[in-house]
Amino acid sequence: MATPDLTRDTGGEGAMAEFLRQARCAWVIAKKNARVYYLKGPVITFGIVFPLFFYLSFAAGHDAPVSVMVPGIAAMALFFTASAVGPLVTPWERQARTFERLITSPASLSAILAGDIGAGAAFGAALSLLPLGAALMLTSAHISATLPLLAGWLPGAIAFSSLGVLMAAPATDTPSQVMMLSNLVRLPLIFVSGVFVPHAQMPQWGQWLSPISPLSYCADLIRVGFGGASYFGVSTDVLALAGISSAFAVAAHYFHRRARSRLL
Amino acid sequence: MTSSQHSTATVGEPALVADGLTRSFGDRVAVDHVNFSVGRGEVFGYLGPNGAGKSTTARMLTGYIAPTEGRAVVAGFDVAKSPSAARRHIGVVPEEANVYADLTVRQNVLLMAELHGVPKSAREQRCTELLQTFDLESRATQKGRELSKGLRQRLMLCMALVSSPQILFLDEPTSGLDVASTRMIREVITRMNRDHGMTVFLTTHNMDEADQLCHRVAIIDRGLLAAVDTPVALRGRVNSRRSVVVKFAGTGAAPSDLLPRADLEVETLVDGWRVYSPEPGPLAQHIAARADALGLRIESLNTLSPTLEEVFVSITGGAHGHA
Repeated sequence: MATPDLTRDTGGEGAMAEFLRQARCAWVIAKKNARVYYLKGPVITFGIVFPLFFYLSFAAGHDAPVSVMVPGIAAMALFFTASAVGPLVTPWERQARTFERLITSPASLSAILAGDIGAGAAFGAALSLLPLGAALMLTSAHISATLPLLAGWLPGAIAFSSLGVLMAAPATDTPSQVMMLSNLVRLPLIFVSGVFVPHAQMPQWGQWLSPISPLSYCADLIRVGFGGASYFGVSTDVLALAGISSAFAVAAHYFHRRARSRLL
Repeated sequence: MTSSQHSTATVGEPALVADGLTRSFGDRVAVDHVNFSVGRGEVFGYLGPNGAGKSTTARMLTGYIAPTEGRAVVAGFDVAKSPSAARRHIGVVPEEANVYADLTVRQNVLLMAELHGVPKSAREQRCTELLQTFDLESRATQKGRELSKGLRQRLMLCMALVSSPQILFLDEPTSGLDVASTRMIREVITRMNRDHGMTVFLTTHNMDEADQLCHRVAIIDRGLLAAVDTPVALRGRVNSRRSVVVKFAGTGAAPSDLLPRADLEVETLVDGWRVYSPEPGPLAQHIAARADALGLRIESLNTLSPTLEEVFVSITGGAHGHA
């Protein structure tokens, strides 16, 4: 059938209007994720309970100074909480077929993923304030540089949440499979990050691998926030977190798009 | 409402165009160069056996999957080039319920309103109106998971309609529903089409539903479009399935006593029989005259046109029941 070209472009409303529309969709999806998924059992387990006992089991028996322990707890809490929501949202939505609803709505895949990243980052950034606050009240640790702390806290939450969303890309609707993969990636990243063992005391191979972990840069900035010394340099930390966040987000978009066609 | 009663379909720029739409999964061609267009304000039925490519076509039109070849144009927008713009004009009700189980009825509807950019001032009012229309107002605070299948289906229609879409995609909207929900949904589809000129793309396995609701019907079989026409015209394609049904009061008669020829196809019924003929009028007159001559009492004598179901069976080679 020879069909005349009836199509129009996006209506001539411009890229900015479309960007704002998609930004609004991302905000709506982030709010929905917060409402639906924050209190789900696996999110609480993998985001709060797991890291808490993970760190305590390490710290018990080690005479770690407060200046090492508090930034370490804070960074790890942020890492686990911010990366807890992302891996679960997409498989749950695929299982409930609500993902199809989002895909056939005006929200683009980018907006959907941005909403997922935003919800995960907000969950991590807010919830990790609890162990941070507790540590400030119960120990002698104190914040001496707010800016590096914030520069580690917020971009770190976005980087970890982006990692979580990337982990959700495999074409499955089974959350447990995604969580298994997620832990397979997250645990090694912790070990090379300098959270448990300061970089200077790491073996050579650990020091080589440390730069690949986004937690290394986040923990470094938080350590500076608590008056410690930076290992990589503050500027490097910030740039690395921004770069890693972008890389994770782009990779997430690519793999989610691929997974969508493979699932059908 | 019969198809002849529809009058809202308009000529002009089509609401939907499938232009050589093709989708392959590996070596299997699920939809093979399908072409059709749906006019604005038209109710378009899409029928086919299981695996014929109905859902794949609908998914390409709604932008859920990309075509391997060809293109889909929705509300004037190429779905591949301007997916977001195209989706702003559609509402989708899939076959399987996909409401958010942890959100309330009202939250589910408002979520879709927000995603479609319905202004804040209109959102609540529109939501309330729809919940009233679908008799869900008393359940507004119930969670999605607490609803029965029929209520979930109604909720999905509210979610699809909250943005007042130009085009409504419905995938088996009344499948497995009770009579009350089925009637309500059909009435709302009819009203939305009649009063608001809404275009409806309806996949269904229910031939009566297609016959009642649709201006035109397409039949897809093994990925290929087998027919597109009005239900009346489609029925006209199988004139050989026109028939006369005769029912007797008291003792009946053998078909051979009343029929003019022995080669006519006869189907025996409980209290009579059905004879197939391309010209049922003269046949009915012949039967009445012969019965009168033999002193038989006829309770009813009717000529019947073929049903859409018979058209479907004729075109798809008997795959009916799995549309």
